[in-house]
Amino acid sequence: MKILVLISNVPDTTTKIRFVDNNKAFDTSGVQWIINPWDELALTRAVELKEAGGVETITVANVGESITEPTLRKALAVGADDAIRIDTTPKDAFYVASQLAQIAKDFDVIMVGIEASDYNGSAVGGMLAELLNFNSVSAVSGMNIENGQLSLTREIDGGQQKISVKTPVVTIVQKGIAIDPRIPAMRGIMMARKKPLTVLPAVEAGEKTSYVNFELPPPKAACKMVDEDNVKELVRLLQEEAKAF
Amino acid sequence: MSILVYTENWDGKFKKLSFELVSYAKALANELSTTVTVLSIGKVADEELKKLGNYGASKILNVADARFDSLDNKALALAVANAAKSEGSKAVVFAHNNLGKAIAPRVSVKLKGGMVTGVTALPENVDPFVVKKKVFTGKAFANIQIHADIKILTLAQNSFELIETDNKAVIESFDAGVSDDVFSTTVNETNKVTGKVLLTDAEIVVSGGRGFKGPENWGILEELADVLGAGMACSRPVSDEGWRGHEEHVGQTGKIIAPNLYFAFGISGAIQHLGGVNSSKIIVAVNKDAEAPIFEAADYGIVGDLFKVIPQLTEEIKTIKS
Ligand SMILES: Cc1cc2nc3c(=O)[nH]c(=O)nc-3n(C[C@H](O)[C@H](O)[C@H](O)COP(=O)(O)OP(=O)(O)OC[C@H]3O[C@@H](n4cnc5c(N)ncnc54)[C@H](O)[C@@H]3O)c2cc1C
Repeated sequence: MKILVLISNVPDTTTKIRFVDNNKAFDTSGVQWIINPWDELALTRAVELKEAGGVETITVANVGESITEPTLRKALAVGADDAIRIDTTPKDAFYVASQLAQIAKDFDVIMVGIEASDYNGSAVGGMLAELLNFNSVSAVSGMNIENGQLSLTREIDGGQQKISVKTPVVTIVQKGIAIDPRIPAMRGIMMARKKPLTVLPAVEAGEKTSYVNFELPPPKAACKMVDEDNVKELVRLLQEEAKAF
Repeated sequence: MSILVYTENWDGKFKKLSFELVSYAKALANELSTTVTVLSIGKVADEELKKLGNYGASKILNVADARFDSLDNKALALAVANAAKSEGSKAVVFAHNNLGKAIAPRVSVKLKGGMVTGVTALPENVDPFVVKKKVFTGKAFANIQIHADIKILTLAQNSFELIETDNKAVIESFDAGVSDDVFSTTVNETNKVTGKVLLTDAEIVVSGGRGFKGPENWGILEELADVLGAGMACSRPVSDEGWRGHEEHVGQTGKIIAPNLYFAFGISGAIQHLGGVNSSKIIVAVNKDAEAPIFEAADYGIVGDLFKVIPQLTEEIKTIKS
């Protein structure tokens, strides 16, 4: 089984969000870039499955400019066998999915994080599946391979389901797929330098949406403090002022 | 020409979020001078389907076909796209929940539409069509223009008020036109927790962090949840340590919730935690550290010991409820 893990390059989760160019663009100055947390968990599970046997190769792919290469190298250090970067600015989800469709068709299982922590789109995985005419399973929180068969756990409202699905398939994964993300070891980092990172040109694809501008949320009013010994007052405020119950 | 809404059902029933979707679609339809059609897939009684009419649906396409119970994403997307085509829909609206997020992107490709997920309001403009959504896990908003003729939207939960109308809907059975060979998902086992308030449905959520000190101290929070009819949540370290189940983990990497009222007890208020709860209407924080960042996000706060405050809170609420 060949696995492709899609890697989004996102700002560290503690990044202070600012905009430039009349609020038309995200201010990337001083930003630390990381593997999108869900993609990192997806990759971790792929590596675990490979170690258990049953997976031939793990490829990671990203649509982005050369600044994303350190993130791809990190993914190689975690345990992917090779990396592909499609060299273009990711314009919108459809554009990104169209780029990935050129390479993804050759894999049995494609793993995508449920969303990217920057633009929170939750869109590329489903679009890619549709472009390839593959099935897709969303909210996947567990993955196993038994005798070449894929079995998945998927989150549903108030519970979970164990399902089987035919490959090729796009799995859109979330919390639970792996517990802690793998931290690359020194040996992994050394080996990653020699692993192939292929750069492919972008294909023509339309974009269907564009960012007009960004806004920061309005500043919040100060927190109203209530004394520890006056819980009654808190309940009164919640009831009468906030009308919360 | 209509606007199509896809809503799932839960054991044959709709939820508030279904009615939010229809209310939103109706308001959008008014702006675009058109009507709302709802697609319902699965077995739902006519009485229940009619409720959608109260929020502005003119027509309900009913696909009472049990094959879709496996939630096969490819098959569901085909069914929705076929309905949109047969209605000539200009826009298709989904919930921004597990199923909506799974299907909407596929439908957008099928219909060559432009999609924005997690929208929080009606479009500011319909020509050009510009909608707002949260980005950077709630740290900012973006206004996004859709260039394609067909607009695909997923609506963030609790971001639109219910609007009741005196409208009545006609119910039609609809042949989704999906052949057996499209389905390739087999459900082998389903496990559901019953009798608990679902976190994603809860109007009130009580949440605990590492301040609880261990797995044995949660009885007081369960009792508070009980008297409030609230859902229960926790911070990530709490679920990582196994003090509480993973289904309760809220935050950037857990569930994203938007209740009316969120109580954070013994939670420091890390940015990744806030990412999952900052859409709550009112946040109440109880923390013994007056400098904890949670107080910057909260509307009401108590600097104090959660083990003392929670039982008092439970008693107070019992009193006002009786
Ligand atoms: C990529 C990434 C993703 C993450 N995703 C999430 C996420 O989704 N959700 C999440 O929650 N975290 C997430 N985190 C972790 C986050 O950074 C914090 O570590 C976590 O939220 C802290 O949990 P906490 O508030 O329970 O614990 P702590 O930060 O340890 O805070 C405990 C608080 O309890 C207070 N306290 C202690 N005793 C009492 C008492 N008796 N009475 C009252 N107050 C008391 C303390 O003053 C303290 O403020 C993520 C981190 C990373 C790096």
